[in-house]
Amino acid sequence: METLSIYAPKLITSREYIASGHRACSGCGEVLAMRYVCKALGRNTIISNATGCMEIISTPLPQTAWEVPWIHTLFENASAVASGIECGLKALKRKHGYTREVKVVAMGGDGATADIGLQSLSGAMERGHDFIYVCYDNEAYMNTGIQRSSETPFGASTTTAPSGKASMGQHTWQKNMAAIAAAHEIQYVATSCSSYPFDIMTKVEKAIKIKGPSYIHILSVCPTGWRCPSNSTIKMGRLAVETGIFPMYEIENGKYTLNIDLPKLRPVEDYLKLQGRFRHLDKDNTAEIQEKVLDEYNKVKRLAAGNKAK
Amino acid sequence: MGTRDCNHICDESSPGIGEAGKTGEWRTHLPVIDDKKCTASKLNKPTCFLCWLYCPEAVMTKGIPPSIDLEYCKGCGICAQVCPVQAITMIAEEKI
Repeated sequence: METLSIYAPKLITSREYIASGHRACSGCGEVLAMRYVCKALGRNTIISNATGCMEIISTPLPQTAWEVPWIHTLFENASAVASGIECGLKALKRKHGYTREVKVVAMGGDGATADIGLQSLSGAMERGHDFIYVCYDNEAYMNTGIQRSSETPFGASTTTAPSGKASMGQHTWQKNMAAIAAAHEIQYVATSCSSYPFDIMTKVEKAIKIKGPSYIHILSVCPTGWRCPSNSTIKMGRLAVETGIFPMYEIENGKYTLNIDLPKLRPVEDYLKLQGRFRHLDKDNTAEIQEKVLDEYNKVKRLAAGNKAK
Repeated sequence: MGTRDCNHICDESSPGIGEAGKTGEWRTHLPVIDDKKCTASKLNKPTCFLCWLYCPEAVMTKGIPPSIDLEYCKGCGICAQVCPVQAITMIAEEKI
């Protein structure tokens, strides 16, 4: 799986690390992304998972769907626990001759990453622990019933930012988490989407090889919270990338690469009109979103082009 | 599909399939594979397996023909959407 051009699902391992029969809603894009991430990570992994959808769906107390070592942490300390585990492994290697190469992975939703857990993530990245942080961004606090987070897109209607006569839903723009992670000058930052399995797996494999912190931001479609049919999960993720709303890029040692660079972007209406959370938007709002999306997309494109010129 | 052969020593939890019970009971639409259309069955070779790749529930098998574990399939319909030859159709449960 060196490049995206190799298209062969039959080469991917059929071993599952998150077992079927879990509590995720039907058509969940987040658990789909997690399935790909775990496939790429393999068995020698310890996962520290922040509270969120992926924690509650996989581990009601007597049972668990996880087939790799896994620990539940609070919203705010997934990365702190991961750094503790990583230090513990280092001490084991130093004092007791432990030899297995184990990768420590912290996982969280957008609330646990961009809102509540940002301080511990920032701390762990600054201290340079050897771990991967994977953020499953479903653009709101879905597990508690669709409350807005700082990753909720402009104009989306949520239960705490509802649309109506007085408001048009979320009135702020998304926080750019990948840029915040890149500002820590870590070796590897990437964004990906749940509809692109090969892309996710390639990026996770790259992150495993890196000695030091790496950050992967995965847009995960949530049919329940986005108010779209459960069978449109894959289509919605692809549209997010094809409209330029979610550019898929990676930053290796400060070098930007745009992974999917389309010659012409689709209009954002294609993406917005399919989702119930954007139903109330009028033409002006859509035009405003279109302008901002193109602006952000071109910013990434310029950064990627600048690297090529060098 | 998940397996119950995990050898890790766990204090309280036992990893394995079906932690939420038989999630197949949630299903409103049943996916049915038409072996005459399915590329893998037609060519008798491991070919696309997109249904397996995109299943969030991991209930598809990479066999020839591909089969679905209906005990845990939640009937989201992603497999029917991604199938390039439309070999999978979703049939309403009450019609069966």
